[in-house]
Amino acid sequence: MATLDVRKVDSFKKKLPRFFQYLVLGIVTLIIIVPLVIMVFGALKTRGEMFLHPYTLPIPPHWENFGQILTTPSFWDMLRNSLFVMVASTAGVLVVCSLAAFVFARMEFRGKDLAFNILTLGLMFPITVAIMPVYLVIRQMKLIDTLLAVILVQTAFGISGNTLILRGFFLSIPAELQDAASIDGCSAFGFFWRILLPLARPALAAVGALTMIVSWNDLLTPLVLLNRDALWTLPLGTMQFQGQYSSDMALTAAFVTLSALPAILFYLFAERQIVSGLTAGALKG
Amino acid sequence: MFIPQVKRNDSVSSSAIRTPRRVQDYVTIALFLLPAVVLFVLFLFYPILRSMYYSLFNWNGLGPATRFIGLNNYKAILTDQVFVEAIEHCLIIVVFSLAVQLPLALLLAIMVGRDLPGRVFFRSVFFMPYVISEVITGIIWISMFSPDPENGLINALLVLIPGVHAQNFLGDINQVMLCVFLVLTWKYFGLHMLLYMAGLQNIPKELEEAAMIDGANRWQTIWYVTIPLLVTTIRTTIYLSVLGSLTQFPLVWIMTRGGPVNASEMMATYMYRYAFLRTQLGYGSAVALVMLVFCLIFSVAYQWLNRQPDPLSGV
Repeated sequence: MATLDVRKVDSFKKKLPRFFQYLVLGIVTLIIIVPLVIMVFGALKTRGEMFLHPYTLPIPPHWENFGQILTTPSFWDMLRNSLFVMVASTAGVLVVCSLAAFVFARMEFRGKDLAFNILTLGLMFPITVAIMPVYLVIRQMKLIDTLLAVILVQTAFGISGNTLILRGFFLSIPAELQDAASIDGCSAFGFFWRILLPLARPALAAVGALTMIVSWNDLLTPLVLLNRDALWTLPLGTMQFQGQYSSDMALTAAFVTLSALPAILFYLFAERQIVSGLTAGALKG
Repeated sequence: MFIPQVKRNDSVSSSAIRTPRRVQDYVTIALFLLPAVVLFVLFLFYPILRSMYYSLFNWNGLGPATRFIGLNNYKAILTDQVFVEAIEHCLIIVVFSLAVQLPLALLLAIMVGRDLPGRVFFRSVFFMPYVISEVITGIIWISMFSPDPENGLINALLVLIPGVHAQNFLGDINQVMLCVFLVLTWKYFGLHMLLYMAGLQNIPKELEEAAMIDGANRWQTIWYVTIPLLVTTIRTTIYLSVLGSLTQFPLVWIMTRGGPVNASEMMATYMYRYAFLRTQLGYGSAVALVMLVFCLIFSVAYQWLNRQPDPLSGV
């Protein structure tokens, strides 16, 4: 009996903090979710409804706002530009960084430490600091108003962090594998291509997912390097749209919802990769 | 993280095997590093050198830079009250991030802990704003902060309290920085929390249990055991947070354009305004370099702080 009593007290002692924990976490969840929900609700209202009942459920839902945006060709242009830049930047980062990471993880050469330090130096320069100088060079190269410029710059500024992440993963693959491959007559490139990369697929997925998000959300690079609206990416277009239609809150909400949707869907789909990439990168950096 | 730093007893054995192909190896190394080096030089080192040069000119970007003015751009920047205030605003964000945002993230990470039912759900929700672009975040919060209770939820809730009037949040020079900080926290605390949660996974549970057995209560355990063991992760989040605050651009640009009356001007928005809207490329270059110096100072300080070894490396 005595033991039972102790257990009761114990469970009460345990439950009270539990309740408190869930209360706090619940409140924070609301703070995160409510602004997003209001935006989606707003998108499903007419302009008048939005004005009269901004915070109610959109019943019945009006899909006209979405329709109006989805039938605008410029929305699809932006989507296409964003996708193109994202895919190309991600491919660029994966190729450039896995090659460099392989050298830093697996090869010995004089000056390796120095080279590695220079690489990590890149972490100190977020794109915001460098965009002004970069603009001058892109201009000199006559690449202003090309998506190629955006891709090159995004790739260049992805190098430091992602090479570090991949190097960490490559280091964790046993060196015996390389020695064995080397004895069997496999060249360094053969080892890299046929053995290391397939083994590092989860790491490549993590780096890829992270780079995709960074590229997809990037505002500054396209803002500075692109003038022609036919080349605008989604963040740039969203910013301009909001400036232009700020009086029509419902339509703006629909545009914002549509442009947020790909990122959120992608997040739900690739959360594991994103999280593992971030934690691996940050905890080693 | 505990990716083992690895079982290769370096160069001795493997380079002995590779010696016959030394030349081939060097070719491989050169080719593999080439793309990274080219991009690095082309878009990082060369541009910065180039900017150093242009920062000495009064140059609007049309034609070659000819009006050499020495360090006058720097003098003008550092005596411009608006820029000095922009530095202050950046530092305010830095301080608030370190004093509020990171502790909040740490507290929530500890609260969710290792085994709270639903921890993955909370992590997913709290991290979601990080994935949503700054542009979208900014637009959403412009409407949340709208001075009109009919449009802005925060004011709609505020006016329910008797005697409280609707606030002109983003249009009020005394409130705008606070609003910016709140939105930055909304967007980024999830990232820090995620990193802390990952760091917590690396702390052996036995260490905390041992402290409890020795009579420490929950808070003492957290304060004397958990937090000191998280120090590597905490350092990383400090690094990310400070660098991010010093160079913050998109959210502020979307929400306020640095206004009202420069009350939320950041170094980066100042630079963007001068370099790209007023096309003062020489002046803008100088601003970029001043920002760079801030980042460098911080990075050096950080490296110095970081020379202590990780307390978990011996565990």
